[in-house]
Amino acid sequence: MSSQHYKWIGTRPNRPDGADKVTGRARFGADFNMPGQLVGKVLRSPHAHARIKSIDTSKAEALHGVKAVVTAKDFPEQPNQIVPAGEMQANLRDVTRNVMAREKALYDGHAVAAVAATTSEIASEALALIKVDYEVLPHVIDVDDAMKDGAPILHDHLRTDGLTPPSDKPTNIAKRLEFVKGDIAAGLAKADVVIEREYKTAAVHQGYIEPHATLASATEDGQVQVWSTTQGHFQVRGFCSRLLNIETSQIRVTATEIGGGFGGKTVVYLEPVAIRLSQKSGKPVKMVMERSEVFRASGPTSGGTLRVKIGATRDGRIVAADTTIALQSGAFPGSPVGPACMCSFACYDIDNIKVIGFDVVSNRPKVAAYRAPGAPIAAWAVESTIDLVAEALRMDPIDLRLKNAARKGTKTHYGPTFNTIGMVETLEAAKNSPHYKTPVKPGHARGVAAGFWFNVGADSSAAAHVGEDGTVTVISGNPDIGGSRASLALMAAETLGVDYDKVRPVIADTSSIGFNFVTGGSRVTFATGLAVVNAVRDMIENLKGRAAKIWEVEPDAVIWENGYAKPASSNVGKFEPLSLAQLAAQAGKTGGPINGHAQLNAQGAGPGFGVHIVDLSVDRDTGIVTVERYTAAQDVGTAIHPSYVEGQLQGGVAQGVGWALNEEYIYDAKGRLQNAGFLDYRMPVASDLPMIETVLVEVPNPSHPYGVRGVGEVPIVPPMAAIGNAIARATEVRMLDLPMSPPRLSAALDAMAPKRAAE
Amino acid sequence: MADIRYSAPSTIDEAVRLFAASGGAKILAGGTDLLVQMRSGAVSPGHIIDVKRIAEMTSIAEQNGSFRIGAAASAAVIGEHAALRKVWPGVVEAINLIGSKQVQGRASAGGNLCNASPAADSVPAMVAAGATVTLQGPGGRRELPVEQLASGPGRTTLAPGEIAVAITLPARPKGSGDAYLRLIPRTEMDIAVVGCGVSLTIANGACTTARVSLGAVAPTVLLVDGAAKALIGSKLDEAALEAAAAACRAVCKPIDDKRGTIAYRTKIAGVLLKRATAIAAERARSH
Amino acid sequence: MSKLHVTTTINGEPTEFLCDARETMLDVLRDRLGLTGTKEGCGSGDCGACSITVDGRLVCACLMFGAEAEGSQIGTIEGLAEGEKLHPLQKRFIELAALQCGICTPGFLVAAKALLDRNKNPTETEVRYWLAGNLCRCTGYDKIIRAVMDVAAELRGATR
Repeated sequence: MSSQHYKWIGTRPNRPDGADKVTGRARFGADFNMPGQLVGKVLRSPHAHARIKSIDTSKAEALHGVKAVVTAKDFPEQPNQIVPAGEMQANLRDVTRNVMAREKALYDGHAVAAVAATTSEIASEALALIKVDYEVLPHVIDVDDAMKDGAPILHDHLRTDGLTPPSDKPTNIAKRLEFVKGDIAAGLAKADVVIEREYKTAAVHQGYIEPHATLASATEDGQVQVWSTTQGHFQVRGFCSRLLNIETSQIRVTATEIGGGFGGKTVVYLEPVAIRLSQKSGKPVKMVMERSEVFRASGPTSGGTLRVKIGATRDGRIVAADTTIALQSGAFPGSPVGPACMCSFACYDIDNIKVIGFDVVSNRPKVAAYRAPGAPIAAWAVESTIDLVAEALRMDPIDLRLKNAARKGTKTHYGPTFNTIGMVETLEAAKNSPHYKTPVKPGHARGVAAGFWFNVGADSSAAAHVGEDGTVTVISGNPDIGGSRASLALMAAETLGVDYDKVRPVIADTSSIGFNFVTGGSRVTFATGLAVVNAVRDMIENLKGRAAKIWEVEPDAVIWENGYAKPASSNVGKFEPLSLAQLAAQAGKTGGPINGHAQLNAQGAGPGFGVHIVDLSVDRDTGIVTVERYTAAQDVGTAIHPSYVEGQLQGGVAQGVGWALNEEYIYDAKGRLQNAGFLDYRMPVASDLPMIETVLVEVPNPSHPYGVRGVGEVPIVPPMAAIGNAIARATEVRMLDLPMSPPRLSAALDAMAPKRAAE
Repeated sequence: MADIRYSAPSTIDEAVRLFAASGGAKILAGGTDLLVQMRSGAVSPGHIIDVKRIAEMTSIAEQNGSFRIGAAASAAVIGEHAALRKVWPGVVEAINLIGSKQVQGRASAGGNLCNASPAADSVPAMVAAGATVTLQGPGGRRELPVEQLASGPGRTTLAPGEIAVAITLPARPKGSGDAYLRLIPRTEMDIAVVGCGVSLTIANGACTTARVSLGAVAPTVLLVDGAAKALIGSKLDEAALEAAAAACRAVCKPIDDKRGTIAYRTKIAGVLLKRATAIAAERARSH
Repeated sequence: MSKLHVTTTINGEPTEFLCDARETMLDVLRDRLGLTGTKEGCGSGDCGACSITVDGRLVCACLMFGAEAEGSQIGTIEGLAEGEKLHPLQKRFIELAALQCGICTPGFLVAAKALLDRNKNPTETEVRYWLAGNLCRCTGYDKIIRAVMDVAAELRGATR
């Protein structure tokens, strides 16, 4: 393995924040308080679609203990244009309307007003006193319905972007995308087997256990402090700055420990409201969502409708791949249909590809990123269809994929040509895994599927400081959502040549370190890791200069090795190596504090590939599926802290199992969410799952000094199709819609039964 | 915000007096439904009467083969009662299916019954067992078969001021067994999509008595006489089981909702009947 | 509104607090006593993040009124370590990376300890079902289950 020549990289030390997190000391979003703080609460629309004719807040304002009430009027109007906000692209017209409904409430749970009061009870009472005059409008939930002529229109100004010729008709289709490689018709003409199916997926929520929470304090001189559970405190700063017309330097955001995000905590819901309430009341305001609010008004990711057509020759070569993907974006444009389209066939080297995507608004909460946004939805349809091709050709599903696997030099249908990637290695590792080599047990069936995610680089800043005793503080700006402090400390220790426990990683607030893009896209260990390595290297240059000064030699006559400054060669002179501690002790005499800094826009995030194998059994009488054995193989680059890499794979699989079998947003006829709680939004519990075996395939990323690839997103991409493929082999029933819940699978099995009996 | 009182009386008489005296009071046993309902705003009692300090309501007593379970005894306490578990394994299993281990530490059979959810896990098992509930109100005590307590989802036949005090499981002859099965989409933490309780006695290889009940397929938990009739007198052969399953399917009046469809619930009622009967029969044969 | 005066014991310390009758034990712990290690994930008993023990019984603090603590022994995550020594479960959770974000961790630890207090030799299935009331969205449970099984073995070894 590539990590053998490293001292720290590839080891499994205790995480620096471990003791805090097992003792209850770690402070998450709802654990921050300030003296004199008020409690803020949000009034939410009970209607899926309604014009807000008026809002009367006078009774709430008159209630004793109520200190501020806000509605959309308290937030400045924003232009209808895409602008950078905290380095993300956002339409601020839509963001401000999602934070607080303006002309219309667009989904059940849409915020329409908020209050700050001295107690939670008074805040609740105040919400009940706010009178909203709604004109209920026809609504639309399903993406296919929303695309039909005559569907209720959410936004009168919306026109389909990407149509030729352009249309001037109001529509719910915000965007049409197209990616073409080769000639799809010519490819299909060559095919011996053509499989075409239509699939559906349900909207699913990220399901982080910690609800959104924030504490905001705006002072009379215009300064603002915010504590927020977020994947990106710089994003919180950026959005709040734009939405409230406050200069970024006046806003200081501290990221609290974060109780899960999975992409769902990269946007703002409460923070601008809490700041506004704090500004109006002159007091700190704390806001914490109820679980039902989390489901109704945050996240989720899209459900969608997909059609896939794949043609292959008899020898197993895929010659044509065609898909149309329509995704729900929720109440405002911006589904992950782009990445869904790009990831769809990225695992494969196919000459003729055509992908069309639609971004469709409907009366649902605005979708937020969720782990490899869009990719799992596309993979569900594509990998199910590829399994049908394997069945039709009577080929082993891994062999079929090997025959068509993308490799270095493969030109993708969305543009880039792959550098060093590990799709082939991952398929081979899956094929050679103990799991795949074990015959399927009687009563079980096996399914296989693959998945792809780009991984992300982007902006990071880091600093390294040496203390007077020679121990090191490494400062970065990405909330640690799953052990990244440990990974960063490992890379810093490796680079510096000191022990892991001599390095203390710290996550700074927005005023204490330069800009960092969100913790997301599987970028922190790669990009922020690179910034940390560069900051430490910068510090090493500084250290070498100090040694040179002490030895009275040129700086380039000094090298840094295993935590010591040493003469570059015997020609330099005979000097005892100087340790970090020795150099630190003399820092005052050699030029003052010893620090290092780095800032970068990381390029070359190596894409990741995963291949999953599942054995399961189906209770034919009830439609209940039991996952019996599961293996996730993945090209993970270099595994910096293998335990947390395994953990990413295992966690992604568990979320995928939920997505496959039970999780879904369920609406009633009035467009109201029916399962806004953990009881009926059924995420996997411990007894639903077996141990999840992992195979870490280490194909180092050439664009990172330690070969890091992001690992967090890929593992949620294959599970749904792997499970669907196994169910098909267990029952001969091919499920086309997610989730494959017991009532659905049972109905499909019953529909099959007469056919089977007749055969 | 309306004022709210909390009382923790130490006798049933005092609890009944407090309950009858204040309109809008709620009895607190395990609280696993009450606190959720209060949080969602579904109920806002003016007085919470905690009955867990009443010894009679939290203890389990065995008398001549019958068991008297305090209505507020927690599921965990019930699950740890070895003698009860031996005689009524189905009832105990059903009570032990209510929620998580955390919920088990609080939830009670009396609360599960009085919450009057058609999907309550313990109720079909208690109905099949022929359990009775002891009620005490301002007018004194009375006994009621448990299947007569609920009158609809969330509605009961409790008279004003009446409190469920205890549940009694009858003594049973040798060769008896019971079982409860529910269908949930996950393995834990779900509300029953369908629940089925079966209690029967086998003598000389034939079923001599049987009671069958179904949960979550109608506005209240059902006692399915037709299914019992199909089993009684049979050797629990496939024909008898299919007849009983058909009787179960026939009485189902379920709804389509987020937890299941009409067709699915109806089908599963029959599936669970067969499976629960097999377990109950196995227990009867080894009892 | 007049408050109730409650006398109880929390992690071995005699404790008094005032609370409103509708206030949950979770709110009392977090907002009145500053014991924020007990987390709120749902407020409806469906996630286990607020697991505590009451007279040795595992319960969800969100499903209990503060007033009910009168005369009880309450155990929270803050009482798991002994002085500066972590409980074996805490230690093993760190060593095996049985946590990622850490929000569910206090609840899992309190629940796992309640299991091991009762059952020194649980099977994997028993551990999984005992912990089914504790949701984790990060780990897929694998490393959590391994950590609990490991500690059970370790504790059996220690008492042998």
